[in-house]
Amino acid sequence: MGVLLQVKDLATQFFTQEGVVKAVDGITYDVEEGETLGLVGESGCGKSVSAMSLLRLIPNPPGRIVRGEVLFDGEDLVKVDEARLREIRGNKIGMIFQEPMTSLNPVLTIGRQLTEALELHLGMDRNAANKRAAELLHMVGIPEAETRLSDYPHQFSGGMRQRVMIAIGLSCNPRLLLADEPTTALDVTIQAQILELIKRLSRELGTSVILITHNLGVVARYADRVNVMYAGRIIETGTARDIYGLPRHPYTLGLLKSVPRLDQAMKEKLDPIEGLPPDLIDLPPGCPFRPRCKFTIDKCAVEYPPLITVGENHRAACWVDVTTGQAR
Amino acid sequence: MTITGSNITTTNANDDILLDVRDLTMFFPVTRGIIFERKVADVKAVDHISFTVKRGETLGLVGESGCGKTTTGRAILQLYKPTDGQVLFQDDDEGNFIDLTKIKGERMRRMRRKMQIIFQDPYGSLNPRMSCGSIVGEPLTIHGLAKGKEYRDRVEELLTIVGLHPYFASRYPHEFSGGQRQRIGIARALAASPSFIVCDEPVSALDVSIQAQIINLLEELQARFGLTYLFIAHDLSVVRHISDRVAVMYLGKIAEITDRVELYENPLHPYTKALLSAVPIPDPVVEATRERIILQGDVPSPLHPPSGCNFHPRCPIALVPGVCNEVMPEFRNVGTADNPHFVACHRV
Ligand SMILES: Nc1ncnc2c1ncn2[C@@H]1O[C@H](COP(=O)(O)OP(=O)(O)OP(=O)(O)O)[C@@H](O)[C@H]1O
Ligand SMILES: Nc1ncnc2c1ncn2[C@@H]1O[C@H](COP(=O)(O)OP(=O)(O)OP(=O)(O)O)[C@@H](O)[C@H]1O
Ligand SMILES: [Mg+2]
Ligand SMILES: [Mg+2]
Repeated sequence: MGVLLQVKDLATQFFTQEGVVKAVDGITYDVEEGETLGLVGESGCGKSVSAMSLLRLIPNPPGRIVRGEVLFDGEDLVKVDEARLREIRGNKIGMIFQEPMTSLNPVLTIGRQLTEALELHLGMDRNAANKRAAELLHMVGIPEAETRLSDYPHQFSGGMRQRVMIAIGLSCNPRLLLADEPTTALDVTIQAQILELIKRLSRELGTSVILITHNLGVVARYADRVNVMYAGRIIETGTARDIYGLPRHPYTLGLLKSVPRLDQAMKEKLDPIEGLPPDLIDLPPGCPFRPRCKFTIDKCAVEYPPLITVGENHRAACWVDVTTGQAR
Repeated sequence: MTITGSNITTTNANDDILLDVRDLTMFFPVTRGIIFERKVADVKAVDHISFTVKRGETLGLVGESGCGKTTTGRAILQLYKPTDGQVLFQDDDEGNFIDLTKIKGERMRRMRRKMQIIFQDPYGSLNPRMSCGSIVGEPLTIHGLAKGKEYRDRVEELLTIVGLHPYFASRYPHEFSGGQRQRIGIARALAASPSFIVCDEPVSALDVSIQAQIINLLEELQARFGLTYLFIAHDLSVVRHISDRVAVMYLGKIAEITDRVELYENPLHPYTKALLSAVPIPDPVVEATRERIILQGDVPSPLHPPSGCNFHPRCPIALVPGVCNEVMPEFRNVGTADNPHFVACHRV
């Protein structure tokens, strides 16, 4: 399998009255063709901003991509002109964002919202686009798709609207799908329906997926590889099996230990990560996880740890080997 | 006081029961028209539910969005006036039960002290114009429990109990993180020394890394003060951890209620089974081999709940036509008196 997306040292900042928010602070990763890459981390750590930056959807001002490259099929999306970017958005790269920007337009029919992209990007005529739109709705499991094309969003339930969003995200057979918390607002039973759908479609169509979520269980089930973010950086990256089976960063370790699991014996007490997430405006020098970390050594206060290889295709940004508690 | 309604003892036969909910019903009228407002339908948010809660235990209440969990909690506390049913609460002073739906005024105020609520949303539930100290101390003033130095000492004590610095008292809600705000809400709920607390999704809005801190705190407080909790949540892993018994709600009704070990190891209602199998487990090795029941269809509207068993349109084992779409299943005990297991399903 080839590499579809290469992100190199991407950094995005917000210039606010309180100071500069280093929302994404130099992240580097690849996405292979056909794979699902999970992106996890706590609220505010930069997951959404990192995904929006790929398509330059950062509001400016106050935000700006300050450095880095986003090589999609060899083309640097940070540098291409706006017209070229519009060709790629919603076409080669599909998006399912939960929030406002791409949510459905209340005054357009479901059908129209689907055919718009098909006519624009694939040059279909109205008839062909209508036919394809019905197929798409059917594909995401909406019964009587043809008749429902003329419905308006308010006539659909929350779960159905989210399925329409997926249909739109996939309408132009994208090579990459950005799914930012695609099921967070939905119920577990509906969440399972939708994630199974994304998985099936990505298999059938060979689409790569970046799946952003704070639900560790969702990533475990659906991702091939996982990036864990903390305070604007990737602090651990590896296959899902390694990240969950052999976590090597104290934050990943703490996160996995802090959640109760249905398949394990019940514990007397949970093991929380103590302390609070950092403020991205004035991060102290050294490792941003240090104030909450159980493994610190002197070096942690001074120097930010780079991603260090800890196994085959497995890297962690920590000066300490968590299996021994000793410095690396 | 006369007690009527279905007596459904979902706790063990000889438990010390604190709360006995009978046929609790909460319909919200849907009205049309401005000048001549008329009722056109009812949202059947909670529809004749019955259960008991024993003193000192945690009853978990789970179910999908809109199934009526919050409404149940609020109707028990009389924050809504129930459409029907009784809420019997053991009154320590007299040793017998009081029907909360029947009392008013001073008597209600006295009972309110004993029942508190912790809200789902740590951002919206605190008055932004009140300092943290006044938020926590307000119940002390309302119920005339403390003044002057005694008041200040108690606020300080409450903040310390929930793991906040006493000097935070002068700060305002916007100066706190979500987890800290939730602690403020908990301190306030504890102020009047209640015996019963409805925890309405107390950790759902918090980061995973903070959730465990708050859950541990709630458990410590329960042990320390002998509290009884109704713990509402949609995260089944969290509910299993914190609850002694668990009730599963679907569309305004209780589908199943039993001891937590029994519920998770031997779920009987097809909805409970689907719900449990839909919870992803944070372990790819486990997930790779796990069978799932994927329910088809959407959650129906409580405006027009399906006939018969309200779960039948999504149920993988429904007997249709004839049984499940026509006859409402009885909520019955299929366990023993000592270890009750209540379920509402024709197929069990
Ligand atoms: N328009 C903006 N102006 C200023 N700061 C912003 C803006 N948008 C995002 N940020 C900041 O950038 C950081 C990263 O935000 P981002 O939305 O990527 O977080 P996230 O990891 O997606 O969190 P969540 O899990 O809550 O969605 C946050 O600290 C946020 O406050
Ligand atoms: N004040 C109200 N007026 C009218 N309908 C209401 C009111 N409060 C709740 N409802 C309706 O009653 C039903 C049950 O709502 P409730 O808030 O109890 O659900 P819930 O189980 O707590 O859901 P969630 O998990 O989303 O918090 C819903 O259909 C809701 O729309
Ligand atoms: Mg986000
Ligand atoms: Mg609720």
